[in-house]
Amino acid sequence: MDWFYSFPNMNDETLRNLKKAMDEGFKAFTREYGDIIESFFQPLQYFLIQAERFMTGTPWPIMVLLIAGIAWIASRNWKIVAGTVLTLLLIGYFDMWSDAMKTIAMIFVGTVVSIVVGIPIGIVMARSDGFQRVVNPILDVMQTMPSFVYLIPVVMLLGIGKVPGLIAVVIYAIPPMIRLTNLGIRLVDKDVLEAADAFGSSSWQRLKNVQIPLALPTIMAGINQTIMMALAMVVIASMIGVQGLGQPVLRSVNGQFFSLGLFNGLAIVGIAIIFDRVSQAYGKRLQKHQEVVHG
Amino acid sequence: MVDQNVQGAGIKIKNLYKIFGPRGSSYVEAVKNGMTKTELNEVHHHVLGLRDINIDMPAGGIQVVMGLSGSGKSTLIRHINRLIDPTAGEVIVDGVDVCQMNENNLRQFRRHKTAMVFQKFALLPHRTVLDNTVYGLEIQGLSREKQEEQARRWIERVGLRGFEDHYPNQLSGGMQQRVGLARALTNDAPILLMDEAFSALDPLIRMDMQSVLLDLQKEIKKTIVFITHDLDEALRLGDRIAILRDGEVVQQGTGQDIVLQPADEYISSFVKEVNRGRVIMVDTIATTTGGPADAGHVSVASGTTLEEAAKTMTDANQQYATVVDENGKALGVLSMNSLIQAMVTPISHLTAVAAE
Repeated sequence: MDWFYSFPNMNDETLRNLKKAMDEGFKAFTREYGDIIESFFQPLQYFLIQAERFMTGTPWPIMVLLIAGIAWIASRNWKIVAGTVLTLLLIGYFDMWSDAMKTIAMIFVGTVVSIVVGIPIGIVMARSDGFQRVVNPILDVMQTMPSFVYLIPVVMLLGIGKVPGLIAVVIYAIPPMIRLTNLGIRLVDKDVLEAADAFGSSSWQRLKNVQIPLALPTIMAGINQTIMMALAMVVIASMIGVQGLGQPVLRSVNGQFFSLGLFNGLAIVGIAIIFDRVSQAYGKRLQKHQEVVHG
Repeated sequence: MVDQNVQGAGIKIKNLYKIFGPRGSSYVEAVKNGMTKTELNEVHHHVLGLRDINIDMPAGGIQVVMGLSGSGKSTLIRHINRLIDPTAGEVIVDGVDVCQMNENNLRQFRRHKTAMVFQKFALLPHRTVLDNTVYGLEIQGLSREKQEEQARRWIERVGLRGFEDHYPNQLSGGMQQRVGLARALTNDAPILLMDEAFSALDPLIRMDMQSVLLDLQKEIKKTIVFITHDLDEALRLGDRIAILRDGEVVQQGTGQDIVLQPADEYISSFVKEVNRGRVIMVDTIATTTGGPADAGHVSVASGTTLEEAAKTMTDANQQYATVVDENGKALGVLSMNSLIQAMVTPISHLTAVAAE
């Protein structure tokens, strides 16, 4: 009855060999293709470095004005702009300005990459049930796999630095973008699509004139979610060398510095709220036609 | 009957079958040989949408297709611009079979030959009235100026001037459907497909829209295919009416044909409730014999409805009237008695009484 109380597992020898084989296989793969893959991500690194240089290099008053300006253009709401400026000033006053700018640069690039990659994938997914069946489980894995696990192969391939951090952020943040684009397009009113067909729309005209505009509220919700998830990844990404507000949080965990952790944590929250409110207000403004309803 | 002003194109539907399901085409033969809708559904799990439809729609007229829900009328209209692919049969417009067109030709056909108005309006919610109206021309790639010029003309024609910059959900249902109509007319296609276009509207607004359509048709003379489940609407609009039941045409003809000679019980039960005075024409009940010698005091034109004739005769305080053709030649005599009889009694009873 021994098998009844202890699970009859693979014997230690086999298991050890299996793991060893996998590790060596992946190491060989890394040695073989690491450089090629690294050069593939070169443009991303360039983009990231430029964004960071711009954010940290620009004098802070100009930066505050610029972000406030963007918030105003997107939201047309004085309260949101005032909140944004106040948050930025507090972050600066508590000496977290340059870390915050690095984090914003990272989030910005991560979000742009997620949108550029995610929306087309979402569109293809909405058009093909087969593709949806393939992509959905992958997205499930991306969302549930503990991020540390996929950090390991990324670091083995690309080393420690900005790009692996960015990839980790994108892996974590892109699923809502893809899912909500897919969902939004699938939920577009069939009657309106039929009308577009009846007038002889090509499939590009259908997409451009009907599907994307009608799916836009859902797509905007996806962008908003992506930004929030990217921010949540900042601390974990700091473990593989991404600079910004995550680094001091990591240090405060290691050294038990309560106030350091709290300040930087609050700064992340502050940035999250700015991004959230501004992007939501922008999304709402795009849907102005929904507001005024007949009787 | 060649009318120079006709802009429409005739539509011939020949032996059209539609069977819904993954292997529809393999059951066409069986259905042709008499398999019933029920058998097809219960044994083979396919749905018979349309069975052997043959309708000849003349250019420049309003063809109404009437039927209750599930009769296949919406399926039928979608075959004309092939939003639904047929299982077998032909839809011939201007000598070309729509069912054989490739994707590109079909798109061109939809852009230039047809325009459609939908039951649920199907407007683009993020576009203003003007931007909705130009949709067909935008798809065709016309310059924005030309798009707007056409669109503004039709927006004004359907009575929406001043609403160009409103969004659809700022408008009432009736106004939204006017946008739908303007969008279709702006396309300036010879064929106008209207799928229960007025069914979602209040009765009064529906009447109003019917008048708008009849009014416009005098000017545009397009081939209009109008789907409805409402016999009164069918009789008011249709130059010709086809009645559909369970995917089959049970009767087709003019409104008067259908009211006077319903093909079966099913149609009789519809026709029972109709205001006959507005459908039946004086020619039908005028007699060449009988009536006093001084019957000719009032004359009514051939093709007048009983209701109008009754009004003319009452206004003139006459019991008899002469029916005349367009040249003023007498065709027969009409008595107030027979007029009232025809308006209140089903014609089958009337002929039975007359035979005695």
